[in-house]
Amino acid sequence: MAPVGPRSGDAIFANVERVNAELFTLTYGATVRQLLTDLEEVEEVNKQLDQMGYNIGIRLIDEFLAKSNVTRCVDFRETAEVIAKVGFKMFLGVTATVSNWDADGTCCSIILEDNPLVDFVELPDTCQGLYYCNILSGVIRGALEMVSMKTEVTWIRDVLRGDDAYELQVKLLKQVPEEYPYKDDE
Amino acid sequence: MGREVSESCVDSLLTEIVSTYNNRFYANKPELAARRIEAIGYQVGHQLSERYTMERPRFSDHLEAIKFICKDFWSELFKKQIDNLKTNHRGTFVLQDNRFRWLSRISTDPSVENTESQDPSAAAESKASLATMHVYFPCGIIRGALSNLGIPCAVSADISNLPACKELLLSYSVLSFYDI
Repeated sequence: MAPVGPRSGDAIFANVERVNAELFTLTYGATVRQLLTDLEEVEEVNKQLDQMGYNIGIRLIDEFLAKSNVTRCVDFRETAEVIAKVGFKMFLGVTATVSNWDADGTCCSIILEDNPLVDFVELPDTCQGLYYCNILSGVIRGALEMVSMKTEVTWIRDVLRGDDAYELQVKLLKQVPEEYPYKDDE
Repeated sequence: MGREVSESCVDSLLTEIVSTYNNRFYANKPELAARRIEAIGYQVGHQLSERYTMERPRFSDHLEAIKFICKDFWSELFKKQIDNLKTNHRGTFVLQDNRFRWLSRISTDPSVENTESQDPSAAAESKASLATMHVYFPCGIIRGALSNLGIPCAVSADISNLPACKELLLSYSVLSFYDI
């Protein structure tokens, strides 16, 4: 009998098809490297990584909703917790923590201590200004947009830049009311 | 077993790499897109084979190295070995994977499929060209892995049997490479 209600990130991760993380990490690294060669400007690479993440996020949300069984979050606080505890876990196999809430509950930080994207990575001096993990912020923005939340996601801390953790600030800009393709009386 | 991530992470990333290069950067120059995607694969193969051979003695000949690719290397990446290895004994090896994961979920454009009744060859061609963009990455991986083992080579993929599949899923691929 399948459990009813939301599933934990661990339970989902244990049941999905998994692959060797080295392949993922090195493929991402090689992609960033190729983008740096092709685009030359670090700013442009940041933009492309974010765009790639956004495109992934708008598709990944379907898999997330299908496998996690989460119900509608009551507020943005719950949304952030679900991303950190279920979302990160079921795809990357790591959990994140949420903190630094502002007073009205629309802006918080998602903090990641263990990040599979950066195993083996060291940034050379020529890459200053690069947000190496920018794909992650794109994924979150894209996924939330598909569930009617416009957000702004920015990096606050980055271990590759000398900080002690990865910290993403997620700011809820507005909640777009869902538009149904039909009218009530039809 | 080392660290793992969900298969969707790799799938999504590969799809997005192909779409970034093929649809955005080089929309009208598929050969340039192909070269970039292959280069990313090359880098990955080079680094992976470095890691997976760290504790091994040097391979005594090409066949040893190729067997390593078919068995250990492939198993690390796809949890299965290459299904069939053939060679002409003159430096050409053909590796065949009958259930290649990265091609197994490619579907075709429905608008093209609808025309299949009139022109089956056009539909087959479209399926093949879409799949082609997705084989440059694994080709690059093999070329990178072998070149790291001291075997410079050219790798090409033959997925010409694909259109013969009755299903929409592509599940058959042959990777071959030529010693130069």
